[in-house]
Amino acid sequence: MIPISWYLLLGAFLFACGVTGFLIKRNIITLFMSIELMLNGVILSFIAFATRLGTLDGHIFVFFVMVVAAAEAAVGLAIIISVYRTRETLNVDRVNLLKL
Amino acid sequence: MHLFLFLLFGAFCVGGAINLLIQRKTINSALSLIVVMGSLALIYLLLGAEFVAVVQVIIYAGAIMVLFIFVIMLLNAGAEEQAKGSNVAKIFGIPGLFAGGIIGIWVLLQHGPEERRIPIGALYGPANKVGMMLFTKYLLAFEVTSILVLIAIMGAVVLARRSHS
Repeated sequence: MIPISWYLLLGAFLFACGVTGFLIKRNIITLFMSIELMLNGVILSFIAFATRLGTLDGHIFVFFVMVVAAAEAAVGLAIIISVYRTRETLNVDRVNLLKL
Repeated sequence: MHLFLFLLFGAFCVGGAINLLIQRKTINSALSLIVVMGSLALIYLLLGAEFVAVVQVIIYAGAIMVLFIFVIMLLNAGAEEQAKGSNVAKIFGIPGLFAGGIIGIWVLLQHGPEERRIPIGALYGPANKVGMMLFTKYLLAFEVTSILVLIAIMGAVVLARRSHS
């Protein structure tokens, strides 16, 4: 049988990949996808612990995490479209002024 | 069988996550993220959480990633520019990678408490129980979530609107 630590290790790996992508990538859409990867790692940990403890509370928390992720993606992509209209670039290094 | 399926879909997850990092084009990163999410849904099924697995496929791999790909195609995002690697990354990254790998191997070699045995195909987290809990114990949080979603909808509409000035 698979120990719970393997699931947690996979979740930690996904979270670490998300952090790495957030730090090394320059495209603003890829940064957003790295955040989604981090949230997926967290969700895997929630489900592993929920199965281990035999409760359903972890599943509820996963539901809320998914709602927050969906809201974040909608608002964030709207911001990306707005930034692209004014700057005409997706490179986060070029977006360094608050005022146009 | 359980171990084989976990290793297979775990390998898909790891490969997709690494592919997301090394791809230069945004659309390739998005497609590898879909691979990660799909195989994660199957890992949730292995853990017996079938409600979360279905929601993962519908919301994450369905709705959110379609939104991402839609925006990528709308903005015509090509390959990203490359910059020179910084020295700080080399100084801290390589020892950090070694330390992370050693911690990972140490965890794999530990004999922790065994996970509860869940037969393949067992429905452990059924939608009716999750829904019952959502509308009794977590009712307040659920209602607050509706306000959050409403604000998100309004924010997205206002932010993405063309200003007529």
